[in-house]
Amino acid sequence: MAVIRDMIPAFELFQPTSAEGAIDLLIRYGEDGWVLGGGMDSFDWWKERIKRPTAVVDLANVDELKGVRVTSDGVEIGAMTTLTEVATHPELLANYSVLTDAASRIATPQIRNRGTLAGNLAQDTRCWYYRGGWPCYRAGGNTCYASAPTAMNREHAIMGTSRCVAVSPSDSASALIVLDAQFVIQSARGDRVVDAEDFFMRPSVDIERMTVLNPGELLTAIRIPSTWAGATFYYEKVEDRKSWDFALMTVASAMRISGGVIQEVRMAANGVAPFPVRLEDSEAILRGKAPSEQLGLQAGEAAVRGAQPLRHNDYKIPLMRNLVRRAVRGTEV
Amino acid sequence: MAEKLIGQDIAPPDLRAKITGRAKYAEDFRADGMVFAKLLSSPMPHCRVIRIDASAALAMEGVLGILTADEVPQSEGDEQCLTNHPLYEGEAILAVAAISETIAADAIEKIRVDLEPLPFVLNPLDGVRPGSPDGRPEGNTQVGRDWVSIKWTAEDFANAPAGSMPMPEGEGKWDTEWMVGDVARGFAEAALILDETIVHQSVTHHPMEPRSAMAYWQNGKLYIHTSTQSLVRTQQALASELDLELDDVVMIGEFCGGGFGSKISGSIIQQVPALLSRKINRPVMLRITRAEETYLGRARPGMQARVRIGFRSDGRITAMDLAVLGDGGPYARGDQNGGANTASLTYTPLNMRFRGLGVRTNTPPKAAQRGPGGAQIIGMLEPLMDKAARELGIDRLALRRLNAPDDDVTFGPNGSTLTGVNVKEAMDMGRELFGWEGRVARSGRMNGSKRTGIGVGVSPYTAGSRGFDGLLVIRPDGKLQVQQGLGNLGTHSTADTARAAADVLGLEWDDVEVVWGDTSRHLPWSSVQAGSQTTHAHTRANHAAGLDAKEKLQAIAAMDLGGRPQDYETSDGRVFRRSNPSQGMTLGRAATRAIELGGRYSGYELNEDLNAMTIASATALAGQGLIAAARDNFGGEGGIQSWVVGFAEIELDVETGKVDVLHYTAVTDCGVVVHPRSLGGQIYGGSFQGMGIAMSQKWVFDPVWGVSFAKRLYTARPPGILDVPTDVQWAAVEIPDPQSPVGAKGIGEPCVGAGSAALTSAIADALEGKCLCRTPLTADVLLAEIEGRVPAYGPLDLHV
Repeated sequence: MAVIRDMIPAFELFQPTSAEGAIDLLIRYGEDGWVLGGGMDSFDWWKERIKRPTAVVDLANVDELKGVRVTSDGVEIGAMTTLTEVATHPELLANYSVLTDAASRIATPQIRNRGTLAGNLAQDTRCWYYRGGWPCYRAGGNTCYASAPTAMNREHAIMGTSRCVAVSPSDSASALIVLDAQFVIQSARGDRVVDAEDFFMRPSVDIERMTVLNPGELLTAIRIPSTWAGATFYYEKVEDRKSWDFALMTVASAMRISGGVIQEVRMAANGVAPFPVRLEDSEAILRGKAPSEQLGLQAGEAAVRGAQPLRHNDYKIPLMRNLVRRAVRGTEV
Repeated sequence: MAEKLIGQDIAPPDLRAKITGRAKYAEDFRADGMVFAKLLSSPMPHCRVIRIDASAALAMEGVLGILTADEVPQSEGDEQCLTNHPLYEGEAILAVAAISETIAADAIEKIRVDLEPLPFVLNPLDGVRPGSPDGRPEGNTQVGRDWVSIKWTAEDFANAPAGSMPMPEGEGKWDTEWMVGDVARGFAEAALILDETIVHQSVTHHPMEPRSAMAYWQNGKLYIHTSTQSLVRTQQALASELDLELDDVVMIGEFCGGGFGSKISGSIIQQVPALLSRKINRPVMLRITRAEETYLGRARPGMQARVRIGFRSDGRITAMDLAVLGDGGPYARGDQNGGANTASLTYTPLNMRFRGLGVRTNTPPKAAQRGPGGAQIIGMLEPLMDKAARELGIDRLALRRLNAPDDDVTFGPNGSTLTGVNVKEAMDMGRELFGWEGRVARSGRMNGSKRTGIGVGVSPYTAGSRGFDGLLVIRPDGKLQVQQGLGNLGTHSTADTARAAADVLGLEWDDVEVVWGDTSRHLPWSSVQAGSQTTHAHTRANHAAGLDAKEKLQAIAAMDLGGRPQDYETSDGRVFRRSNPSQGMTLGRAATRAIELGGRYSGYELNEDLNAMTIASATALAGQGLIAAARDNFGGEGGIQSWVVGFAEIELDVETGKVDVLHYTAVTDCGVVVHPRSLGGQIYGGSFQGMGIAMSQKWVFDPVWGVSFAKRLYTARPPGILDVPTDVQWAAVEIPDPQSPVGAKGIGEPCVGAGSAALTSAIADALEGKCLCRTPLTADVLLAEIEGRVPAYGPLDLHV
């Protein structure tokens, strides 16, 4: 069979009006079903004719999944809330600006108007071998093309790899990890709630999935506790262009500083591993210390300890070290 | 008297349609019974088609037919619209037509095509390694018209210092060699000699509008809606390729969503809907997708180069020894020869040697891209001028000025000359406007983690040609109708060059109508919309036609009102007696008289020196008014080139490798300014395109599998509007071209080299003078250097 790209093949489209209805459909179609949020990831896969669902469950009409709600202990963001709404919501701007900073750096205004928070979190990796339809581990094959000695891998991972060296592309993930967010997953069996860190699948556990979502499960909401409201935040995305680019790397942090000392801290990075990485070693160095250039350097060195570059991504080691330093320095520009 | 139109800001007549979205581009057209075609393209860089079984596809409901390589014009060695011997990934093998695109795509998937993979080569240097495969069965390059396989020996490679490109001596190592003066003597006189290896990546053209086309046939004529830069010349190209009479091709292309050189004709893939339509007797639309556009849509050829430059202690270049391997793709020769000429012109080395070799590779076809050759070489060499200036303790701009040409320059292997050169005036104006001294004083200053860099790029490019035709109708309603055979590339030259005719007659713009975009509307022979020719060539041609119209108006007035023709002047819609302006007639009245008089006044008798196309068009228009048709016989000697000097201030974040462009000033020498606002648009647009080449734009191939990754805009990364500075300014020296009656020169191209080089220069400055000698200078490349880590790529690595 010859290959042709850039033309979405036909599928059956369902447009339920409730999360429950959507889950019913997903159960009915199992592996052949596909959840359509904003479509920013889905349309690419379909256009390439590589992922070919027969039944698409479009969540556009499920109003219960949309919007930002202030709760008794923080904020709950519906899965289908657009990235524009996340980036501009007054409560998020006031108290959780690490998330609005992250959301406002995603892609382009047009994509943020269509793309959803859940879509940004659950999207597939952009490894161009995998996205190009190469039969790699992640696609069910038995090799990784991107880690070959000759491969083009400047965007790929420096840590956390297990056969697959692709990186998680989500810009909002590192921000939600430092906010200690919880992800609400609904299924026919009811709700389960997972920590932001645990939502993302390690390739060592399941190499064909980016998240812990099982068929028939739906990510319905993101809960942000008030724990870190109004903390000292840092977020930086480094990309090749200033818009419409996946991150080479993002680093986010939240700190509680009082008496000149970092009392509490959470720190995370993305674009470095096949999943967003919590930087616990760096946090341990920072906790209880007065921020300084020297301390930042120590935290940066801790973040990259054990990193293993591929042929073309050695620069990610100094980049990660430097971004962690900047988080401590608080001079993010 | 009407103010001269040349030099004014006047909105072009196509603007409203573009802004409101009413402009119809090729893929917006529909015809009764129209069907869609899709292409089956090669999935590998080099292969042979062994067998095609399309039976399952053709059996599908809604599928109307297939077009294979056996049914298209055959060409030995040159590109065909469909091929059984693909020479690059993405080359079209066959096309299928169906009642919808979805069905056509599904049908392509049902076709079984057996391909025999063949050895391939991706970059020029790999193509000359001993024992390496050739990009084509005929060889890896052409010397003259003869195919040869040029391989360098293991010894040639071993003789090059580590990390440097070999520069082998002797017979049969290059396809082009020339020397002016004696470089050995020049180096002997040098106080400083630089020896650098430089790579410049290939970059896809990425016009916003892909080259879609829709074709149908009526009564033996082909009607085709296209996206092309050059209308009548594309009509001519397609007619020739399909072996049709010129007037059996009606080409419609009112708008073109960008070409940058890739659609000078762009006619090859247009053959597919034309031939498929003839075969199945239905109108056929071929919409080219973005990925297809990055394969079929051409690219600027990359280069691997080594240059040795000798400088006197005062900065004067005594010798330049330039050796360049150019990426020809499967069907071209690379840009290296033009690049060498640009180096010779820009730096006027007292002695220069050039050796070039265009190597065929199995990568998407290479073609002219806005400033071909010149933009690459200037971006590559300008940081080396800085390096020399630093080592010699000379102001960087002064070193460039010292080596810059004057009017009497001779350059290149054959001592080429120019009509005029005013680059020093542009440098001097730019020094003031940019505030060179003040900004250079900031070079190296730290702002937090960001280090300031100041750069300058000096770029010439061809900007004119001679000998084309102008064709005008002065209608009985008094309007001047200017027939334009140019394509409407978006540069406004279709409208703006018409002003030259109106100015001769002293008309207001409201009294001018421009006819363009449809070859059935009787258009004159025109230049291709390329090489930045049209502003110069067609202000001349329309000036000539304006003079012809004026002479006829004067003759008619003298005939009817007495006196001699030269007693009459034209202005404000009238022809009148100079001594008594109330004695005269309107142009509308004169047009009516021209119709009555017939003969030469209304197009029945034409100058014999006109092109056959112009004669046919003028003949078709005959009797509609006063017809003026004239060839540009103003003549002239020497080439025509414009210049842009670009100045940039940047900040390099030494912790991330990211570059912010804070400010850009450009000063041009492009003769008389025709349309200031449009000129500014060209200077900024071209400069920004160059900045993308320097900073972000990627062309990536897997070296083992030979397939492309930068085939989407988001992976190819041309610059976005946020990546370019908002603090920008431009100016023009406004010295007329001495050989044109209008004095205007083109501008499209030199700005690219200026924008690119201003950044490669500024980034090297921010690296304290270190030239990384490659493009693009992305964060990974810069950070590895700043941090002293393993370089991201080897010095000769290409396609990364």
